[in-house]
Formats: sequence, structure tokens, C-alpha cells
Amino acid sequence: MTDSQTGVGSAKKYSVSELLTNPNEVDLKTLLLLPAMAFMTALFLGGVIMFVSGVDFTNIAFSYRALLVGSVGSVFALSETLVAAAPLIIAGLSVAIGFRSGLFNIGAEGQILTGGMAALAVGFSFPELSIWVHLPLSLLAGAIVGAVWGGIAGWLRAVTGAHEVISTIMLNFIALRLVDFSLKTDFFQKTGRNDPISKSVLDSALLPDLLTWIDPQLRVNAGILIAFLVVFLIGWLLFRTTIGFEFRAVGANPDAARYAGIRIGWTFTATMAVAGALGGLTGGVQVLGVLERASPGFSSGIGFEAIAVALLGRAHPTGVLFAGLLFGALEAGGRQMQVDTNVGIDLITIIQSLVIVFVAAPILIKSLYPFAFREHAK
Amino acid sequence: MEVELRNITKRFGDLVANDEVSLTIQPGKILGLLGENGAGKTTMMNVLYGLYSADGGEIFVDGKPASFASPKDAIAAGIGMVHQHFMLVPVFTVAENVVLGVEPTGALDRLDLKRAREQVRDIGAEYGLEVDPDALIEDIPVGLQQRVEIIKTLFRSAEIVIFDEPTAVLTPQEVKEFFQIVRSLRDAGKGIVFITHKLGEIIELTDHVKVLRGGRVVGEGDPKIMSQVELAELMVGRPVDLVVDKVAANPGKAILEVSGLKVLGEGGDVAVDNVDFDVRAGEIVGIAGVQGNGQTELIEAITGLRSVADGSISFEGEDITHHSPRQVHALRIAHIPEDRQRSGIISDFSIAENMALDSYYEDRYGRGVTLSWPQINAQSAKDVFEFDVRTPTIFNAASTLSGGNQQKLVAARELSREIKLIIASQPTRGIDVGSIEYIHQRIVAARDAGVGALIVSTELDEIMALSDRILVMYRGRIVKEFAGGGSDVTEIGMAMAGVAQ
Repeated sequence: MTDSQTGVGSAKKYSVSELLTNPNEVDLKTLLLLPAMAFMTALFLGGVIMFVSGVDFTNIAFSYRALLVGSVGSVFALSETLVAAAPLIIAGLSVAIGFRSGLFNIGAEGQILTGGMAALAVGFSFPELSIWVHLPLSLLAGAIVGAVWGGIAGWLRAVTGAHEVISTIMLNFIALRLVDFSLKTDFFQKTGRNDPISKSVLDSALLPDLLTWIDPQLRVNAGILIAFLVVFLIGWLLFRTTIGFEFRAVGANPDAARYAGIRIGWTFTATMAVAGALGGLTGGVQVLGVLERASPGFSSGIGFEAIAVALLGRAHPTGVLFAGLLFGALEAGGRQMQVDTNVGIDLITIIQSLVIVFVAAPILIKSLYPFAFREHAK
Repeated sequence: MEVELRNITKRFGDLVANDEVSLTIQPGKILGLLGENGAGKTTMMNVLYGLYSADGGEIFVDGKPASFASPKDAIAAGIGMVHQHFMLVPVFTVAENVVLGVEPTGALDRLDLKRAREQVRDIGAEYGLEVDPDALIEDIPVGLQQRVEIIKTLFRSAEIVIFDEPTAVLTPQEVKEFFQIVRSLRDAGKGIVFITHKLGEIIELTDHVKVLRGGRVVGEGDPKIMSQVELAELMVGRPVDLVVDKVAANPGKAILEVSGLKVLGEGGDVAVDNVDFDVRAGEIVGIAGVQGNGQTELIEAITGLRSVADGSISFEGEDITHHSPRQVHALRIAHIPEDRQRSGIISDFSIAENMALDSYYEDRYGRGVTLSWPQINAQSAKDVFEFDVRTPTIFNAASTLSGGNQQKLVAARELSREIKLIIASQPTRGIDVGSIEYIHQRIVAARDAGVGALIVSTELDEIMALSDRILVMYRGRIVKEFAGGGSDVTEIGMAMAGVAQ
């Protein structure tokens, strides 16, 4: 036997206790450093774009000041940031969990719509229920219908091999028109109205506002708490359960996962069902927390912004949390910017897009700021 | 044409792949480059071929300094390379492949295939490389495909031909013919570089050998006067045992019984055709055969990864024909898959996660759906230590391990639990001699403890060294059975080539 010999060229043999020491415990920095650098670069380029389009330096500075003030400059600004961030975080996790299993969930938009309608239906029915029953029930209805909607795409992929990108996009269109149709039915449509506006959610199903005791204008509601809870739950699911292990194994190497006895088809279906549940929950949080009723296309693109959030957060729950907060802040700040200066909210879209481009091309950022990444190049 | 590489250094990040390596390729001589995977042989030749640029050192062609920025430059200078994986278009004919990129053209740039065919025939006649110029690549055997690769280099007027592990895909008979071709190239005045990790080939074929280890030249000489043991020691860096130590097998009753098994391949063709055999407790059964003769499908069928078209498989009397991989695993059957990168490990997962890859759901690793990482980590660290997987910590990604250590990781995962049968495909493909030795010893030790083993390998040496019984597979059938020790290699080789039928 050659156990005791250390062959030339092969590494040293470490003891069991050495093997069990984890040098990689703190990876928050690596998770956040690149997006932070990408964001700074995008802000700078946003300034360049403003300058090129004829905005002078004073106004550029003024715009960015408005962006900052509008997102974190006051309690009101923070409240608006959190209101915008909550659905982005939950829907971002929906897309992220798909990425973890190697699936591209473009269907968050449709899941938000169908889930939102389900939450709405439960939310305006059952007038006798207490908030402790009615609200959870409405949210649950949203999640379940979203899970079915997402699960369809996963199941189609598993059984027929139909690519989830195609099927989720199609399901988005179906959901969009289904909402239009539903809003014209007696069950959903507000009594006495001819336009497609739904009945209002009953008070017992509304997500409670958190800070109206300070100022009735503060819109932040329990949706953000649900978002935090979901971040924790998805983190647990992905890294502490056998289900998450299967999701990640299939995403990282489906062949090895299959050889290890993991059922790929089942995992695809389960992943899309969980992703759909999160999409549906997002719809519920929007309808029960912000909109309080439904109108055509009430998802307003959150499901697509969620893809950007998931990419920026590198499909990691903590990363998605920060990415969602950042995008929420940009949205809230952008509105302020539009009010205070003549710079349009389009700039926010440009900055968001640039951030994603830079995150998707890490080599670009790493070569721009070699000093920031040098210590990691071990 | 004489090519000299002087003090070539090539780094990849912190890794020094070549450290001041010098060598000379002379016309009419075969230079052997011997070393384990990762010793820097291929890197060295890729520098010469213009695929990599060196970080230090110089190249001289006929005494004049030269530099190759791309393979195009190297080819223009008369250097040809036959890669380990062939670079051929399967749906093109031999002639079309040979002229690809340097096509002879007629008036108005018309492709002159007639001339191409003639040229292919001429080269074939000159060097004993007969191939039908009109055959499609996908229709001809691997040995002939390799000839096409050689013709390609000669067509581009190569004076130096580099062969990178050329015999890996050939049957013993094809190897013989191939050696004949290489000798005729040498006799025609070509300079040959022959890269390999097989000692026998160095001794049989080459005129001069350089041994590389860890990116440096650690020895050189005339292979005619160097012994295998001497070369092996240079290559590995310590004394090695070239034969697997094992006592005679003491087989018990049959545990795995396969009868009338028929399995379809990817394209619906019959890959395994009416196969019968058994594996007894305490014996190692080796399946020899050239790659692609149904071994992969056979193993996948037994392990539940591929559905069975006809026939049956039973294990300890229980019918497992239609078992899932997980059910097979639960019967204490270990499976070392043939391609560790593709299906053995998840390179982005940590070593601990990889160790738990097929047992994460078991009760010892958590309750219900929750995973107990402390338990998984503790067990992994213990097995990683026990199976000598060299890593600083089990939290590193599996991709940070060398090939040999990755394979030991797979072996550790599969063999560390209590098992009754080992199914191993290519258990030592492309790994260092030390790791090969170790994995072989583990398999033999398991056998001695009463475990049955079914080993598939395209390396006849490995099959010969390990097996108590040898089955030869050819075109989906088991064509012949041999006793383990002392069987005639030539006879097995003939059976592998289908001659025995």
C-alpha cells in the first residue's frame, strides 16, 4: 500500500479535522462585490448618456441627488422603496429557483397574473372571515394557482421535452388574455361598471400597512415581511433539504444527477411548481397589498424585471434580496427624479439594463477594477 | 527538417505546465514523450503547434528561430498534429476531409474532387495508408479515421508529425498496423513525436524517450536499454508496482445473473444482443472490448439507467430488470460510471456534496426532507481521508481536484458503504499511476471480502491485471470467455476485433 507515501507531484494529505475546516464560509463579499461594481459603473455610464443627450453637469448631479433622496432620503422614500422591492424579491426568487435547476422561468409574469386573480377571488369573497383566516387563505390561493400554472410548463418539459422558455412565454399570453376575459365576467367585474375593473379586495384580506400610525401616506405593507420570510424559506429549501439538493444537482449536472438516482422529470416539474408558487404569491402580494383590485395587465412587467433581479442576485436568495431592494430603490428614486428634474424615468431602465449587462459579463468589470478582485484570485 | 524547443516555459495562472523543457525533433527519428496525465506533454506540443504561446523559451527550425502564432503558421512550417480526438467531419468523405481548408480548385474556383481523390490515393500508396477516398468518415472504423488524420497532415506537407495518445481508441490489432505506419513515416524521413503514458509503446516504438513529470524533464534516454520499471519510476517519481497483487479468487454463488439481455442504443439499434453471463460473489469479471461495442448500454441497463428491451437481470435471486437507479443502489450495488466528468461528479458541487450525491436522502443524513450537514460533512471527511483523496478541505469544489483525485472521490463514494457488487466502467481512465494502483487495490480488497465485481475497460492491460474471468464483447454480444491469469493477449485481441466468430 502507498497510503503513507506522498507521491511527488500529488498534494499533501490532510487530516480529518483539517478536511472539516471550511475556508469558504464568508462568501457574502464575493456575492456582492461584483454587482456593486457593476452598479457603480452603470451609474457612471448613465451620467455619460445624460451628458451626451444634452443634460448639463448640474442637472446630472441634481438627477442623481433626486434618485438618492427619492429612494432612501426619507421615511417616505424608504417606504416606497420597500413597496416596490417586495414583489421584485419574491418574483426574483421564482426565477432564481428555476436557474438553480437549470430552467429559465420566463413565466413569472403569467404566474403573477393567474395567482393574483386567485388571491383576488378569495379576497373579495367570504365577507365573514377574520383577517387571520382570510388573508392567509387568499395568499395561499394565489400560490397554489401560480404553482399549477408554473407546474404545467415543468410537466410539459418533463414529459414531452417542450422547452420551458417557449411554454412559459405562451402561458404568459394565455394568462394575460384570461385576465382580460375574467374581468368582464360577473364574478370578477365590479358591479355597475362596464370597463374591466374587478371588485375590491375585502378589508379582511388586505395586507396590513405597517407605518400608517406614523403617517397615513406611508404605503409600506406586510408584503415586504412576506418577502423576507420567503428569502429565508427558499434559502432553507435550496441548501438544507433533499428537495433543494435535487434541484441544484439537476441544475449543475443533469447527467450526474440521473446517475445518482434523481428523477429529472420530477425535479423539473417540482421546480416549476415552486417557481410558479412564488410567482403566484407575488401576484397575491401585489393585489392584496398595493392594488387592492385587478385591472388588465396588472402585473405591469414585474415578472420580467424579476429575471434581471435573479441574474443580478446570481440566483442566490441573499443576492436576490439585495438585488430586489436595489431595483426597488431605483424605481422609487426614479419617480422622484422625474418629478424633480426633466430627466425621464427611462434613464432608470437604462441603468438597470447596464447593471445586468455588466453582471452578465463579469470579465469586463473584473478588468475595469482589477484592484478590487485581486485578493480573490487565489 | 529538425525542430528544437529550447527552455520552453508555459504557465496557466499559478500552475507551471512546462518548466524550461527542451527537446529536439530529428528527421527519421521517433521521439517518445512519456508522462502521466497533467505532466505537460500535450501542453508542450500545443506550444509547438501554435495553440498556446509560451511564456519563455525559443523554438528553432533547422537552426533558425521561429515562432508560431497559430496552428496555421505551424502547418505552413511543416508541422502536423494528430489529436487524441479526431477533427473530422463525419458526413464528409475521406477525400473531402483531407482537403478541407486547402482544397484543390479548377477553373472559376471549382472544387476539384477528382484531383483530391488522386492525391489521397498517392499518399496512401506511398506510406501504406490505404483508405477508400470516397468512403464517408462515419462509415469507417476508428483505425481508418486515424489514418485519414495522418493523411491530412501529410497532404499539408508535414515534415514533423505529432501523435497525441494515438492508441487509446484502437484495438490491439489496429495498434500493430498503426505502429507499422509510424515506422514507415520515420523511414520516409519524417520526424515523429509520440505522446503516451503507456510504457510498452515507448519501448516498442520510439528511438529516444523524454520523461516528463510535473512539467519538467525528469529523465531521458534510449528506450531500447531502459527497463519498464525504470521508466515507470521516472514517470511516477517513486517505485511502483506494475502488477496488481492478488491471491486466487474464492468465488461463492452467483449474485448477478443476466440472461438473454437485449438493450437498444441511442438510435434504436440493438446495442446489447442476447447476452448471458453471471458474476459470483468474491470474483472479478472483466469485460474487454473496443469502445462502442455495447458495454456502455449493458452497464446502463444493469444499473437501471436504460430500459431493457428483452431478457432479464437478477440480483441475489431478485428480478431487477426494471429497477430504477435508486432501487439498484439500495440493493448495495456500487456503480463507478465510465465518464466521471459527465456523470460521476458535479464539478460545481463541493466534495462533501459529491460524497452524498447518491445517498443524501438516506436516514443517516437527516430527517424527512431536511439535510444534516454536520453528519454529511463528518462522513465525507472520514471517507475522503480513508480513500486518500488529496484536498485541503471537503468544502472545495470537486473541480479543484485532479483527475485521479476525482476518480478516487467517486470510488470513495461508491465503495465506502457496505456493498455486495461493484459495477465499474473505465475505473482508471486517464488518471495517474498512483491512483490506478490505489483503485485496483481497493477493488481487489473488496473482492477478497466477498464482493462481486463487474469491470468494463477498453484497456486490455487493466482487464488482464484485475479479472478472474474475462468476457470479450463485440458488436453487442459476448463472443468469448477467458480465464483470468495467463490468457493469451493475442487471442483476446483477436476476439475483441471479432475474428473469433
